[in-house]
Amino acid sequence: MSAGLAPWGLGSDTGGSIKQPSALCGNVGLRPTYGTVSRYGVVAFASSLDQIGPVAKTVRDVALLYGIVTGRDPCDSTTVDRPEPVEVPTAERLDGLRIGVPRQAVALEAIEPGVRASFEAALACAEDLGAHIGECDLPLSFEYGLPCYYLIAPAEASSNLARYDGVRYGPRSAGETYRDAVERTRDEGFGAEPKRRIMLGTYALSAGYYDAYYGQAQRVRTLIVREHAAAFGSFDVLATPTSPTVAFPVGDKAADPLAMYACDLLTIPSCLAGLPGLSVPCGLSAGLPVGLQLVGPPFAENTLFRAGHALERALDLDLVPERLRA
Amino acid sequence: MTWEPVIGLEIHVQLKTRTKMFCRCRVGFGAAPNTQTCPVCLGFPGALPVPNRTAIEWVVKLGLALGCEIAPRAVFARKNYFYPDLPKGYQISQYDLPSCINGKVLVPLQEGDHAVGIVRAHLEEDAAKNVHVGGRTGRIGGADYTLVDYNRGGTPLVEIVTAPDIHSAEEAKRFLQLLRQTVVELGISDAEMEKGTLRVDANVSVRPEGSDELRTRCEIKNMNSFNHIARGIEAEIERQIAIWESGGEVEQHTYDFDVASGRLTPRRAKEEADDYRYFPEPDLVPVEPGADMVERLRAELPELPAVRIRRIGERLDHERALVLVTGGLDGLWEATVAAGADAIAASNVIANQLVGAGVEPAAVAPGELARLVEARERIPRSAFDEAIVKVGQPGFSAEPYVAQEVVSDTSALEPVVDAILAANPGQVEQYRAGKDGLLGFFVGQVMKETKGQADPRAVNELVRAKLAG
Repeated sequence: MSAGLAPWGLGSDTGGSIKQPSALCGNVGLRPTYGTVSRYGVVAFASSLDQIGPVAKTVRDVALLYGIVTGRDPCDSTTVDRPEPVEVPTAERLDGLRIGVPRQAVALEAIEPGVRASFEAALACAEDLGAHIGECDLPLSFEYGLPCYYLIAPAEASSNLARYDGVRYGPRSAGETYRDAVERTRDEGFGAEPKRRIMLGTYALSAGYYDAYYGQAQRVRTLIVREHAAAFGSFDVLATPTSPTVAFPVGDKAADPLAMYACDLLTIPSCLAGLPGLSVPCGLSAGLPVGLQLVGPPFAENTLFRAGHALERALDLDLVPERLRA
Repeated sequence: MTWEPVIGLEIHVQLKTRTKMFCRCRVGFGAAPNTQTCPVCLGFPGALPVPNRTAIEWVVKLGLALGCEIAPRAVFARKNYFYPDLPKGYQISQYDLPSCINGKVLVPLQEGDHAVGIVRAHLEEDAAKNVHVGGRTGRIGGADYTLVDYNRGGTPLVEIVTAPDIHSAEEAKRFLQLLRQTVVELGISDAEMEKGTLRVDANVSVRPEGSDELRTRCEIKNMNSFNHIARGIEAEIERQIAIWESGGEVEQHTYDFDVASGRLTPRRAKEEADDYRYFPEPDLVPVEPGADMVERLRAELPELPAVRIRRIGERLDHERALVLVTGGLDGLWEATVAAGADAIAASNVIANQLVGAGVEPAAVAPGELARLVEARERIPRSAFDEAIVKVGQPGFSAEPYVAQEVVSDTSALEPVVDAILAANPGQVEQYRAGKDGLLGFFVGQVMKETKGQADPRAVNELVRAKLAG
């Protein structure tokens, strides 16, 4: 999308795979309210978190595409119709919009200075457009969101990936017995990261550990949903940087899974809560794009589009990479 | 010491919905292998389950018929394990929040009603069918390879778990007959054991009579008729009593009942304990049947078999009522009696001759049957038997049969009797020497000679008189 090779695209997102790359590449990406876009046909990773959403160059394009793909699908029983139609935003002011900034998010040391500067500039811009900026608290979401996610997602993934046994489709490794063949197929077919997650998830669901891990994570998830709902009592949208850093070199964090997982720190809480989140470009740091994450209550995509569009117009960023300029 | 068996049953009923539990594939028996499949029931990447509304209504209906509470919120879970008949690597099944709980079935027995608690009844999807090829047994041990037919995979199943309230093989059989009839009448399953649409596992333990302890139980599987179930349970009870009485200890194990030998063969022990890693199925939302739906289904329930056994038992007797109701014959019986037939005679004719002749009860016109029942004492036996065979045919009329008269006129029968006695001098001599049993032989010969037209009582008297003379 950044290279101008496609006008828009669809991404699948479990804990940040739409918003995160959109931010790092200077695109606009929406992770919609859970259940408003069908998952049918999408290879499942963590079913209660997986969502499909649009990625494009502008907020209006994202809204247009979302309007097309949203709606109840009889083939996905977790889908619903939106209570109101999608509106493609036109307004350029943000008068009266209440933007909450979670204290615990901006306090994260992992946020790079350049990212922080762009984020603060974007907030100042929003204030100029008539928005009220205030602070809010999401202590549980940012302290326990990541561990909670890394129990629920691998648990569901361990089950979703069980079908890749080589019996009906896909690569099959030879074996003396059924068990032998399945073990070899899965050993040879899966890479290190899927294996790590399958093992984590299998452990979290095991008898004797379920309550302490998967069960506990589900209870925390409920608390995260409630904490967000409470914040939306005072604010229309919540704003954070999308990613604590700008794009890092390929392979940079491959050796350290925990550092890699920490990149999702800011996107994960709203994913767990099933809330819509929009990432819009809000500046450059060391020549690389920075994303602003706007999170709303369930079905509040239109609010996110309005806010994103007004900021996009006011910031008027030119994010075409140097080497792509003719 | 006297021992009391303690038996709990686990019953799987395959629902006869048009389509599968979570996809639109047809449910069917006998189609070519792997022709009733789709991406959903083959577990293809990206496919998602959508629950079958009819199956959900039917489990509620069954729950109501079993006296259960219907959960306002039931949750499907994933039961995770690897097996070739399980395409997704997990089975979708209700687990800690089933659709129906805390039921009670009153089984009418000769000595009164016996209550059997229903712990739960829940919905799940069936596994595919493994066909083990090679080896001698058709079982996995020793087979050369295994083929998988996914047609059955994803068929809706209801699992019913009883409390350990059953105390003899006979009670187990009576409970199952009643349950089967209930399921059939609700129209939700064919419930045929030989087709596998009804499957029963029994958990058996024994305890000293009068105690309320629960000792180690064993599970018996692979029983494919009610009689096999009764025999399997009997065998297991005997085995356990023998162990306890010889000072041993029963160990928890699963057995297959071998019909041919009547013996229980232990299943190969698993290397490790099962850990199915159940968790709520995230691809499905909870099942929340509204109170209006539950009440509508409750209102639709027919008069249940147990109620009818009691009601009809008061008019006939318990055994006859049981045979009529569990055989699906009581509807015809009631109509036949209403058409004027004697209650006991109608019951005997329906439960014995009609069933013996393989006549479909639903095809019988009760009025015509009533005429046959009424006339059966005075028409020739052969005419009655022939009429019974044909009573289910379209447009059957009893008229030509009830119009026939038996030949009881002695003058017409006498020459025949004389001829038979003359043709069998040896037997006559033996009879006269005291072999009374031969009387039946002579009577039979006369009946044969008269092609069943003779009145057996008249023949009997005549033969007896002739032989005495």
